[in-house]
Amino acid sequence: MKILVCMKQVPQKDAPLKLNESGTWIREDVSYEVNEPDAYALEEALRQKEKHGGEVVVITSGPARSQQVLREALAKGADRAIHLEDNAFVGLDALNTARAFAAAVKEEQFDLIFTGLQSDDYGYAQTGVVLAELLGWPHATIIMHIEKNDAGIRVKRELEAGFFQFVDMPLPAVLTIQSGINKLRYATLIGIKQAKNKPLRKVAMADVQSALSTNLQKIERLYVPQKTKQTQFLEGPAAEIAKKLVDKLRNEVRVL
Amino acid sequence: MSLKFRGVDFIGFDALLTDDELLVRDTSRKFIEDNLIPIIEECNRAGRFPRELVKPMADLGFFGASLKGYGCAGMSNVEYGLVMQEMERGDSGVRSFVSVQSALVMYPIYAFGSDEQKQTWLPALQSGEKLGCFGLTEPDFGSNPGGMRTRARKVGKEYVLNGEKMWITSGSIANVAVIWAKVEDEDNKIRGFLVETDRPGFKAEDIHGKWSLRASVTSGLSMQDVHIPESNLLPKSGGLKSPLMCLNQARYGIAWGALGAAMSCYDCALQYSILRKQFHDKPIASHQLVQEKLTWMINEITKAQLLVLQVGRLKDKDKAGAQHISMAKRNNVWMALECARKSRDILGANGVADEYPLMRHMMNLESVKTYEGTHDIHTLIIGQSVTGIDAF
Ligand SMILES: Cc1cc2nc3c(=O)[nH]c(=O)nc-3n(C[C@H](O)[C@H](O)[C@H](O)COP(=O)(O)OP(=O)(O)OC[C@H]3O[C@@H](n4cnc5c(N)ncnc54)[C@H](O)[C@@H]3O)c2cc1C
Ligand SMILES: Cc1cc2nc3c(=O)[nH]c(=O)nc-3n(C[C@H](O)[C@H](O)[C@H](O)COP(=O)(O)OP(=O)(O)OC[C@H]3O[C@@H](n4cnc5c(N)ncnc54)[C@H](O)[C@@H]3O)c2cc1C
Repeated sequence: MKILVCMKQVPQKDAPLKLNESGTWIREDVSYEVNEPDAYALEEALRQKEKHGGEVVVITSGPARSQQVLREALAKGADRAIHLEDNAFVGLDALNTARAFAAAVKEEQFDLIFTGLQSDDYGYAQTGVVLAELLGWPHATIIMHIEKNDAGIRVKRELEAGFFQFVDMPLPAVLTIQSGINKLRYATLIGIKQAKNKPLRKVAMADVQSALSTNLQKIERLYVPQKTKQTQFLEGPAAEIAKKLVDKLRNEVRVL
Repeated sequence: MSLKFRGVDFIGFDALLTDDELLVRDTSRKFIEDNLIPIIEECNRAGRFPRELVKPMADLGFFGASLKGYGCAGMSNVEYGLVMQEMERGDSGVRSFVSVQSALVMYPIYAFGSDEQKQTWLPALQSGEKLGCFGLTEPDFGSNPGGMRTRARKVGKEYVLNGEKMWITSGSIANVAVIWAKVEDEDNKIRGFLVETDRPGFKAEDIHGKWSLRASVTSGLSMQDVHIPESNLLPKSGGLKSPLMCLNQARYGIAWGALGAAMSCYDCALQYSILRKQFHDKPIASHQLVQEKLTWMINEITKAQLLVLQVGRLKDKDKAGAQHISMAKRNNVWMALECARKSRDILGANGVADEYPLMRHMMNLESVKTYEGTHDIHTLIIGQSVTGIDAF
């Protein structure tokens, strides 16, 4: 099976974030890491390849720094990488990101495309689904398990309240992968050395520009929520406090 | 309450590292965070070496990481150093084990061994299937190993070894010991021998009651008429310079390792000082005396990073002298020990409990200060280098 894994570089989960000057996104000077569900998507792709043979290709879009995501994937065992390299890719909405990916891989024939369930920064959960639509392929989301069979694949989806759904699908297909479905491997030191010699194709903004349009979705303003919690101490004799409390609960908080 | 390590970088040090170096560091950090941090306090309390980590560490390529071929990763010296930093951020004892396996056992076989010895031992040591130890120190000779009493006598096609070695890391868990001995028929020249530890006459006994490196095994070795085939001699070893070359490898790794221990202490104290409130409901981090300690630590850690990185870059170009490595080892271990003491102080009573790593690092670093050339011996190596006068 030939599998493409879409991977995104996101700010580290516990990194302290600061807003940029225009208040539309965060400042760039934070530490970055691989989007968590994407790491599981890569692991699943590597496991499928180990079982059934084939190739694992990883793709990302973003500035030069995001190449680290691809390097790590190559060190873990991906065969080659595609980097849509430009700062401008950072602000694209899910539709345009999916369009850029579709344009960048139009010469390739994949059996499966994996994305993470959603990204830890924007949290759209859309890129994979939109990509499937653009390619005219079936898709399934929140995947917990993948089994190859003669007709295609059978996947297990996570629904709410502890329910699961099993779906039989033909190939090719797009799957969005849930975190925690497997145990992540570490890049080995020898893998890191070998990654240097694996192919990494760069795609410029100009190469995919014609497939893109203006963003349909845009962040107007980002702000830190104001702390509004206040503690008040009621004083006086118990009976008086009780009266004041009832008054507050009834007229201010309106829970009585 | 456990505080998660966040890394330490005051002056944008990471920008001096390549993408590969960062990836090596982050991978090692994650491995240590997931696998060593959860068990280390228990190991330290029980005086237990976490043997279960040997295989996973081997799988990642931690043993002999800077050697080429034989399944080894062929890391640069800076990459290797960053692995050591992350290991010792976890624990000096576990880092000691890896240093011995890599720099003191695999390296001498790689540098002084025959092809056959390399083929036999290096892949097995790399994969963790076999463990090794390094026997130089003796009960009566530590800083001055040249005085050693262990002897090898040539009898037919064999050597017969007699002597005692002391303070040997991994001694009782090793399959093979690199033993340094004076060869009687070669004018008492010091040479290295590979001694399989199951040979008759070879005994290893653990040193108990150790208040340092409790998660690593330290043993005394005794050899009474141990017969080994002449092919177990490391053919290219000759003179005290050979074990000193091994120590140079290990000392270099220690200089990075100590940095890791210092980072662990500093980051813990920093996080604690912001959470802990004392006087006027203010975090202790707001008191000048606490800030002075934090400033001292980040200042020394930053200098130590730059020092050891430069030594690593020199070593990658084959230009690092023993005196450079001595400076990095001496400075970094000293400052790490001071960081452990200051950060312990910042945690008040909590600092003495093993819910926090400070006291463990502090006790570990006392050994690190002594082994691989004591702090004072490195003073003399640097002194000799700058004055040209030997003051030993
Ligand atoms: C936990 C642990 C693990 C170890 N693992 C190993 C191992 O795997 N293999 C191995 O071979 N060894 C190992 N060692 C031994 C270590 O290398 C020695 O302890 C070290 O070389 C110091 O020797 P010593 O303990 O005999 O101290 P000594 O040499 O007796 O030194 C005692 C003090 O005297 C000072 N001193 C000595 N000479 C001079 C001088 N000329 N001028 C000024 N001061 C001087 C020293 O600086 C020191 O402060 C280990 C030690 C420890 C604690
Ligand atoms: C083994 C042991 C036995 C003990 N036995 C007893 C006992 O029998 N009875 C008892 O009552 N207590 C006992 N203690 C508690 C001991 O007295 C306290 O640990 C000590 O008072 C320090 O308090 P703390 O640990 O809360 O540290 P903190 O008060 O939190 O201090 C932490 C750090 O902040 C610094 N700091 C705090 N305030 C300031 C400031 N204003 N300016 C500058 N720096 C500041 C401190 O110097 C320290 O470095 C014991 C402690 C230990 C370790």
